[in-house]
Amino acid sequence: MDIYRENVLDHYKNPRNFGKMGSPDAKYYDTNPLCGDEIEIQLKISGGKVTEVMFQGQGCAISQASASILTEKLIGMGLADAMKIEKEQITDWLGTELTPSRLKCALLSLMVAKAAINEFEKKG
Amino acid sequence: MLLVMQPMFDPIKIKPDFPTLRRKVNGKELVYLDSTATAQRPVQVIQAMDDYYNNYNASVHRGIYTISEEATDRYEKAREKIARFINARPQEVIFTRNATESLNLVAYAYGDANVTLSDSILSTQMEHHSNMVPWQELAKRKNAKLNYVMVNEEGFLKMDEFDGHLLKKPKIAAFTHASNVLGTINPVREMVKKAHEAGAVAVVDGAQSVPHMKVDVKELDCDFFAFSGHKMLGPTGIGVLYGKEGILDRMEPFLTGGSMIREVTLEYSKWADLPSKFEAGTPAIAEAIGLGAAVDYLNKLGMADVRTHEIGLTKYALEKLNGFGGMRIYGPKDAAQKEGVISFLQEGVHPHDAASLLDEQGIAVRAGHHCAHPLMMRYNVPATLRASVYVYNSKTDIDKLLEALKVVEAVLKK
Repeated sequence: MDIYRENVLDHYKNPRNFGKMGSPDAKYYDTNPLCGDEIEIQLKISGGKVTEVMFQGQGCAISQASASILTEKLIGMGLADAMKIEKEQITDWLGTELTPSRLKCALLSLMVAKAAINEFEKKG
Repeated sequence: MLLVMQPMFDPIKIKPDFPTLRRKVNGKELVYLDSTATAQRPVQVIQAMDDYYNNYNASVHRGIYTISEEATDRYEKAREKIARFINARPQEVIFTRNATESLNLVAYAYGDANVTLSDSILSTQMEHHSNMVPWQELAKRKNAKLNYVMVNEEGFLKMDEFDGHLLKKPKIAAFTHASNVLGTINPVREMVKKAHEAGAVAVVDGAQSVPHMKVDVKELDCDFFAFSGHKMLGPTGIGVLYGKEGILDRMEPFLTGGSMIREVTLEYSKWADLPSKFEAGTPAIAEAIGLGAAVDYLNKLGMADVRTHEIGLTKYALEKLNGFGGMRIYGPKDAAQKEGVISFLQEGVHPHDAASLLDEQGIAVRAGHHCAHPLMMRYNVPATLRASVYVYNSKTDIDKLLEALKVVEAVLKK
């Protein structure tokens, strides 16, 4: 098994869409208390689509790289489609298989993004 | 002149006794550095259990037939071996599932009967959750106060706080013999003495000490002492609670049902004598016999030599890790004051990433909170890497770990 492929390390060392935006339409922050991973995702939403994404966080390479990859994929995506992203999609994007113990690191950002969208939709 | 103690056994010679250590992981020879979580088991232990299942598989303390008599004999002989190993009497050795169950037994069967409203219980920040959560629950059930002795930066208990809390006359003082995270060996004999002077019953978590050093419960004078079989080359599913006979005799049982009774009528029941009173239901027979074989194995190595071996290896590992650069090491710096457990963090590398990359190189270390959340909070880290050694580890394993950590650094350093 080789989980630290070039793509994962590149996103870990040079995270895309990293930082904060001025006035997000939705945001959410969560942690993985057992390993200390933290992710905040901010979204700009327009016409039912994600138009901008920024994330901040700290933690293991898998959690941070998967967040970076997710932000790239979310831009331009419809909210309904974003809510349908499954774990298989995340491991596909990472290009690696993960043991159950590392899968939760990879899925933190997806959980946070979906929670942000949920909050946005609740606000109506 | 500095005298360097050499153990009498050679770890490289005994390593082939441990089948799992012969396998490859990710194409590499397995380097097992997580014996603090669970030890490997030698063929002698596995064969002893196989022998029971293959040749005299029967319930104990039951049948008037040959194989049941044989099973009973081996089960009780295992108890006697374990009793001798810690200098207890056989009736003071209660078989449980593990140290956690042993400590719960004390918290429920002793604690519920002896702790009442506004009493206090004393524990420490260094404890494994198994010697913390049962006391939290006892305090909750009884509306009692639970106090903790904190850990200083160097990884030792603050003994002035221990003394201070004892002035509140706790009913129970529960502390670990050795930390599963920092490796710190606590001055248990002195702590038991002080606890007794304050009128407390002393409960010692020995899960990390019994496998690694000579333990004499009579010399420690503790009232209860708990440990697990699987950390001392024995099987999982078997543990021990030692208790002073006088105290165990006065206690009511923890679990009730078969095996632990003398007499049962539709109205009432009378309890069996020690140790059966605390062993309800069919016990883990093969596991007890396996643990007896593990004790035989450790006796053959000699516990003084086991300790000498581990001090030497720990000293070597500490020197290597200190020389690596960018390593933060938690716990005592002196190998003589600790067990073969080293918690550390590599600068700029999350421990889970390090553990995954080490696994790719065939090296098994633990990454996480080690069932000691409060201690992790003490050092303000979510997790650490932990490498721990036992009788089958050698300097070669430490060298391989250090080589592999270089790879981790090369891959992950930003």
